[in-house]
Amino acid sequence: MKKNWPLWEVFVRSKNGLEHRHFGSLHAADAEMALENARDVYTRRNEGVSIWVVESKYITASNPAENGELFEPAKDKVYRHPTFYNLPDEVKHM
Amino acid sequence: MSNEQLYNYILGIADNNLILGQRLGELCGHGPNLETDIALTNIALDLFGQTRSYYQYAATLSENHKTEDDVAFLRTEREYKNALLVEQPNTHFGYVIARQFLFDVFHYLFVEQLQQSKDETLSAIAKKAIKEVSYHKRFSGDWVKRLGDGTSESHKKIQEAVHDLWPYTQELFEITKTDTLAIDEGVGVNLSELKSKYQEEVAEVFKEATLTIPENPFFQKGGKQGIHSEHMGYLLADLQYMQRTYPNMNW
Repeated sequence: MKKNWPLWEVFVRSKNGLEHRHFGSLHAADAEMALENARDVYTRRNEGVSIWVVESKYITASNPAENGELFEPAKDKVYRHPTFYNLPDEVKHM
Repeated sequence: MSNEQLYNYILGIADNNLILGQRLGELCGHGPNLETDIALTNIALDLFGQTRSYYQYAATLSENHKTEDDVAFLRTEREYKNALLVEQPNTHFGYVIARQFLFDVFHYLFVEQLQQSKDETLSAIAKKAIKEVSYHKRFSGDWVKRLGDGTSESHKKIQEAVHDLWPYTQELFEITKTDTLAIDEGVGVNLSELKSKYQEEVAEVFKEATLTIPENPFFQKGGKQGIHSEHMGYLLADLQYMQRTYPNMNW
């Protein structure tokens, strides 16, 4: 396993104005190769206008064992969504 | 120039793409890793896309209503006009990258000039292709540097490939009779004008890659006249199998 290239996470902006979204991951020896690989693996069907890559080891993930304390308290607090307002028709993309 | 001469000139361009694309296609599912496999197959598809545009145009100029498939699949070995470089076998990844890079640098300079062609269709194809080819050159150039300036093993392998493939590079600039006609009419690209730039660009990347160009090699040629290396027959057998076994099939 030690000989494998490190893993990278790929984020792609589908079009200008939208945010970069996580598309998947891939192996590459360095950042430049990760960008080229991402271009070939994830954007060859015209999916994007911009790519970010970050080595997976730099991502700190929440621990699933802690899901209870992290996420469950929010479950019964539906009022925290701003869904109780009437939006004017002109407001798009909410 | 006559339709027949223009037809031949187009084949001289497009056959390089077809045969190199076929070579890369052989690697589909066999690349060194998933990412590189997809990258090489993408390049093959870019080349086939360009080939189709050229062959579709060529077919309209041909006698007895040839189709693009006829042009691509139903010629004999001597009728293919690709340079010997692109038919060289994959051997190992070092060869795949060296062959690609040595072709891409040429290909880029070529389509760059073809954009100025007085033939509107060729100029349009070149304008569409240039971005693809630019990426191919970037991809293969980066890999040449990685392998050349990588481990002692990768250096040895890519240097071996460069040594073996360099003798095929001079043919890329050989000017055939058809080329001369096309150049005189402002339709074709003057290959002799590309040569010094080619050598400059290759030398620059090789320097970074710590690779050397073989001194005084014996340069090979023949492909552009239809005289191919021993590898070509096998390649064509694969390439033509479907169309020869099921004539006029399409899908």
